[in-house]
Amino acid sequence: MSAAYDVIGSRVPRKDAAPKATGQAVFIEDLRFKGELAGALLQSPHAHALIKSIDVSKAKALPGVVEVITAADVPRVKYGVSPARYDEDLFAVNKVRYVGDEIAAVAAEDLETALKAAALIKVEYEPLPRLLSVEEATAEGAPWIHDEFPNNVCAEVHQEFGDVATAFKECDLIQEGRFVSKRQDAAFIEPNQCVAIYGQDGMLTLHSSTQVPHYVQRTVSMVTGLPMSKVRVVKPYVGGGFGPKAAATPIDLAASFLALRSGRPVRMAYTREQVFSFGRARHGFTHEMKIGVKKDGSLMALEHRATLDGGAYSSFGIATVYYAGSLLGGPYKLPNMKYDGRRIYTNKPACGAQRGHGGVIARALFEQQLDIIAERLGMDPVELRLQNMMETGDVTCNDLAMSSLGMRQCIEAVAQGSGWKQKKGALPKGKGIGIACGFFVSGAGYPIYRSETYHCTVTIKADEDGGGVKVFTAAAEIGQGSDTTMAIIAAEALGIPYDMVRIESGDTDFGIDLGAYSSRTTLMTGHATKEAAENLKEVILGELAGELGIDRRRLDIKRGLVKIAGEAVDIAPLRVRYQKEHRGWLSQPEGGQLTFNEASRLACLRRGTLVATGKYKPPVLGGKFKGAAVGTSPAYGCSAQVAEVSVDMETGQITVERVTDAHDCGQAINLTSVEAQMQGSVAMGLGEALFEEVKFDEAGRVMNPSLGEYHIPTIMDMPAVDCIVVESGEPNGPFGAKEVGEGAIMPTIPAILNAVRDAVGLTIDETPLTPERIYMALKKAK
Amino acid sequence: MSAHILKLKVNGREYQALVSANHTLAQVLRENLGLTGTKQGCQVGDCGSCTVLLDGEPVNSCLVLGVQAESREVLTIEGLAEGNKLHPLQDSFVRAGAIQCGFCSPGMILSAKALLERKPSPGLDDIRQGLAGNLCRCTGYQKIVEAVMQASHRMSGEASS
Ligand code: FES
Ligand code: FES
Repeated sequence: MSAAYDVIGSRVPRKDAAPKATGQAVFIEDLRFKGELAGALLQSPHAHALIKSIDVSKAKALPGVVEVITAADVPRVKYGVSPARYDEDLFAVNKVRYVGDEIAAVAAEDLETALKAAALIKVEYEPLPRLLSVEEATAEGAPWIHDEFPNNVCAEVHQEFGDVATAFKECDLIQEGRFVSKRQDAAFIEPNQCVAIYGQDGMLTLHSSTQVPHYVQRTVSMVTGLPMSKVRVVKPYVGGGFGPKAAATPIDLAASFLALRSGRPVRMAYTREQVFSFGRARHGFTHEMKIGVKKDGSLMALEHRATLDGGAYSSFGIATVYYAGSLLGGPYKLPNMKYDGRRIYTNKPACGAQRGHGGVIARALFEQQLDIIAERLGMDPVELRLQNMMETGDVTCNDLAMSSLGMRQCIEAVAQGSGWKQKKGALPKGKGIGIACGFFVSGAGYPIYRSETYHCTVTIKADEDGGGVKVFTAAAEIGQGSDTTMAIIAAEALGIPYDMVRIESGDTDFGIDLGAYSSRTTLMTGHATKEAAENLKEVILGELAGELGIDRRRLDIKRGLVKIAGEAVDIAPLRVRYQKEHRGWLSQPEGGQLTFNEASRLACLRRGTLVATGKYKPPVLGGKFKGAAVGTSPAYGCSAQVAEVSVDMETGQITVERVTDAHDCGQAINLTSVEAQMQGSVAMGLGEALFEEVKFDEAGRVMNPSLGEYHIPTIMDMPAVDCIVVESGEPNGPFGAKEVGEGAIMPTIPAILNAVRDAVGLTIDETPLTPERIYMALKKAK
Repeated sequence: MSAHILKLKVNGREYQALVSANHTLAQVLRENLGLTGTKQGCQVGDCGSCTVLLDGEPVNSCLVLGVQAESREVLTIEGLAEGNKLHPLQDSFVRAGAIQCGFCSPGMILSAKALLERKPSPGLDDIRQGLAGNLCRCTGYQKIVEAVMQASHRMSGEASS
């Protein structure tokens, strides 16, 4: 379908690639402001303790210290991600809840002084029992980490769609399984950092390495009490986010207060160790599932329980616990589904959102169970999946509408691409092949706070000389390529070449955009960009039609040239005018057609600066039940993957040898970027499947808070990933596009699990699949 | 902390800077010389994002003291392009889509440069070994491998496709 487009579906280089390849691109660490102060945090060494007293006098007396602030110095405003669970204080009020909880912040002339001062703050603690696991936190008589949340239950979900009990009675086979995963770190390579500046004009500008300038702006405004119009959040280039950068951080807020008080720019940064101890990445999940099927393989019912080890605060956790259930509604026809989820507070860093939010481990267990069901029924796993697959237009039992679903094509493509038929069942011991599927939202259907706000607005301004346009969006380029995506969409919609489009993004001054999370930007900001570009084109062609004295509908722009339908029109007078304006210039428009430059210049002469806007919010979506907002989306991206592994039967070492990956993104806006998201997703899923785990000691401290001890995939770990891009054409997406950034991770873990099961004949029910774990399982089975 | 006058050559140009004895080469490059293309993802030698070439050899500049670079030659990402003309490695990274967030890219490209100097026509395993110390969380490395392959073809004069 790409043939219909000039820019969409191409492989144009990213707008930001050359600056990033030459070191010119500016990240937060590269910005410097006059008179910067360095900020530092004092963080709790205890996992759970009462604060008896805080004495900042020594810190304040240290030469070079400018400000020292604690809870006593800032308004008591609870904040967090979901307004229903604002459970965080910037600085601990009477109590600390994890190792790393913030107690105070210091601003000083240099970082060494700031760190020294923070260490001089004297805090008296009264330690409380540490609750470091779900078991400890839910034990009889365990203290409550938050007084407002009895028994440490942060959130509970109870949902039933259809009638599960009755459906189980009609099933021929019931399969039950359990799975445990560990807390993960997002391990973006750029640690969080920010600079807050408070100007004489009363404006607070926060430069931050965030995924969500808008939500950070709101949180800073709410917590500081400044009106939103006095808070501007600007995001320079960001070195990856993957979820944990999708909310205001304590350093965003602390730097803001320190700047407000000192009147000087304040920089605060997390060290890598602090990134680990701040957390906010993937939860540790425990899932239990009971799945009922008919003899012919038809899925009938799922009963599902999940427990999430949430850490000390809610962060995104309310959404996480809903996603953990709702994302099993598809992509298979499943008429009856019951879900009971709990998120439990523990004295560890809060967990939050990470790529594939909430759904990844639920998907892992479900897909593993499907393979066991296939085996028990004597069916091929591919056949079982195809037999139960939903089709475009189907709606899940929990009201998720599959407005496009290329799942079947994805399965067929990976089966074919991997040589599934020849390999499945024919590989020697120690070699295995596994398949899995998955899907994900193309943007959350609702904002995080309850509002009728547009999810994004985009402004496009034509250059006054007619030579191009500039797109302004508050969307967050965090490495996923959204700047390039929007530039391509604008170019296509306007009918001009890609290099005539420039883009500025990531600044709350440019409008509203909810940011880079829930795989939303391509579909949502893409819609707004397309609308803005179409509106601008309308203005330009309207002016041109007026000048030429013809009907606007006869005009169009394609590849930078004005197309005039019908009888010939004399363009010579316009061209002469343009040429006269450019007497002496080397390049002049030529040929029989007016150029975009001439048309846009003319419109500018008639109207002054040309600006057009676009906006988007999804239509009202989904069911009426509690929690229906989580999981509803205007569209769903979907994937299938086949993993091929070899397992060393002596040591338990797993090598993923090859992954065949198909993803339905509706319509690729930039083919290279789609593949890049697919490959990055497989890498993250592979790391989570095989070795990633944030570990804690008995005092609640992270034991492996470095990229040396917390192993993420290196180039040595990565197999070849064959990417197959499926384009089903999403009716609710701009130019048919939907997500790729998160859906692409959903099948990775289960595909590896199923391949390992195929290789060693054992069902492993816990990640990561370390050699030790596999070795022990092999030993036990002997 | 004692300060030293450090003389070194960076990207072909002689510099003199007054630096603290305990400052790393990464700090000197970024703070004293304003060469902020060198990134720092961990500051403890784990991620490779601060990779620069010291007398042609890749080093984690967060682990090298500035004073250790006395009278030596450093190549940073800023020194790779010739004027407006990207180095073939940079150009291949751009074209192959090997850059996403770009935080690892300067270090990755410099490690690849050292590799191609050692081995102008590397195989897959050479590339994997040459870049094993550079972490990337975005790309899954595949397009990085492709970019290095393409650059090596172009640099050894073969037409690239
Ligand atoms: S910053 Fe030097 S290795 Fe990570
Ligand atoms: S491109 Fe983001 S870390 Fe490599």
